[in-house]
Amino acid sequence: MRNAVCTFCGNVCDDIEFDGVTGKNLCPIGEAKFAAKRRIEAPMVRGRRVSYEEAIEKAAEVLVNAKRPLLYGWASTVNEAIRLGVILAEKLGGVYDQCSSVCHAPSTLAMIEEGIPGGTLGQAKNRADVVVFWGCNPVEAHPRHPSRYSVMTKGFLTKGRQHRHVIVVDVRKTATAYLATEFYQIKPGYDYAVFTALRSIINGYEKAVPEEVGGISKKKLKELADILINGKYGVIFYGLGLTHSRGQDRNVENIVKLVQTLNRHTRYILQPMRGHFNVVGAGEVAAWEAGYEYAIDFSRGYSRFLPSEFTAVEVLVRRDCDAALIVASDPAAHFPKEAVKRLAEIPVIQIDPHPNVTTLLADIVIPSALVGIEAEGTVYRMDGIPLRVKKLKDTEYWSDYEILKLMLDKVIQLKGE
Amino acid sequence: MIKYSQLTCVKNCWVFDMAKLDVIIITGRTTDQGMAIDEKLSEEYMKSVAFCEMNEEDMKIIGVKDGDRIKVKTEFGEVVLFAKKSAVEDLEIPRGVVFIPMGPYANQVVGGRNGSGTPRFKGIKGVVEATQEEVRTIRELVVGK
Repeated sequence: MRNAVCTFCGNVCDDIEFDGVTGKNLCPIGEAKFAAKRRIEAPMVRGRRVSYEEAIEKAAEVLVNAKRPLLYGWASTVNEAIRLGVILAEKLGGVYDQCSSVCHAPSTLAMIEEGIPGGTLGQAKNRADVVVFWGCNPVEAHPRHPSRYSVMTKGFLTKGRQHRHVIVVDVRKTATAYLATEFYQIKPGYDYAVFTALRSIINGYEKAVPEEVGGISKKKLKELADILINGKYGVIFYGLGLTHSRGQDRNVENIVKLVQTLNRHTRYILQPMRGHFNVVGAGEVAAWEAGYEYAIDFSRGYSRFLPSEFTAVEVLVRRDCDAALIVASDPAAHFPKEAVKRLAEIPVIQIDPHPNVTTLLADIVIPSALVGIEAEGTVYRMDGIPLRVKKLKDTEYWSDYEILKLMLDKVIQLKGE
Repeated sequence: MIKYSQLTCVKNCWVFDMAKLDVIIITGRTTDQGMAIDEKLSEEYMKSVAFCEMNEEDMKIIGVKDGDRIKVKTEFGEVVLFAKKSAVEDLEIPRGVVFIPMGPYANQVVGGRNGSGTPRFKGIKGVVEATQEEVRTIRELVVGK
């Protein structure tokens, strides 16, 4: 099939040619995604093989009997399934949270404070003559990003690598740094200070900037400010280097302010490098259903957003949940160990195609079809562009949507609504 | 400069211990980790996440070579990992900084709650030292032996 869609990272490459076994145009991570792998063989309740219907019914019972279940994951499934997840959380009076709470959630907080001067990857491809990668490493995390959207690609107005000034700012010389025209190495945790210094220079307050900021000399900072301001159309891509280190949402706020400052002189947009293929959907769908993107508590019958209390890690560490439904995610591998400890204590229901670390802790395991290979639906690319992912081959596994639809029906039935 | 973490108390006497090194820990994705992400219970996945990449000079200070075992400690916990020399010369990983791929091993030493709801996965202060302890499997890390 031509124009199949890869469902690994936020690039959501939609030019894959799939021959039933493997695909063309895939990056190494995409190839691994499309390759045959060990699957969860059948639905299981505490190690016993059961039918889909029985597993889903048991799961519904666990969720209904819990005081405050946590419904977490969602970034690697389709919007249609995510919508059912948000409704399920509301019916159960539980907590809805998604993968961005250990990823780009500080960007959401910054967006609430400052707004986001956004654009699409198409604009980056067609127009950008200055491309900045700040605290991100697309060569390893989004391997086709440079060739499809940002560095080597030939756009309508900017025709190829030689017409682009590529800047990489990071605390270590990453693989992406080798693509750069200029690489700036800063000290870990000094992004905020460097943004402030750049804003000061661009705004004409150069004298206020000390001789060295975050490991970069004033001379180099002035050079960087010049490159930025002389761009006709610039794109700043930033990654978890900002959201995971000292300052978190404040770092993102300051880079938004830097882009606002640059926009007084030229044209700049800002784009977070989102990880999973539909992590944007996991936020957007929740936002249109419940008003917020993540960390949503329904225990009072209406939605409340409080990231310091209702993100999955906080809910687990505070022991504020007594059951968990994990969909298309692996918190046991990716949460700090204190949170994983709590996950091991409570009943866990997992819906996932592959056995992973969470499977080791799960009481009820429900295998699902692989989104984009065995199941279709709508996803959002990292820049918010909706794309329809395709079903490329038949399977006996139920899709996330089918599993959650029946689970929601059972929950409604058990609650007598 | 001698740092507090490099001092060890032996028979009521503080001695300078060369084998410990103060570092800043950053965690993140790698291509290998991404390729093995759907096979987390496999050996390939363990190989892709159970290492700590460091500057060669720092490895000399704590007396380890590529593939030797090291212990990383922070206020949140500790973990034994394989040391890995940073791939390309001096600029790859600066001295005093170490990189651990995201995953169950990195998560033994990350944490910190600061109001945003998102833990700090980068820029965590820690100490690295050589060790003879074994690198635990993922199953041992998560569900115990």
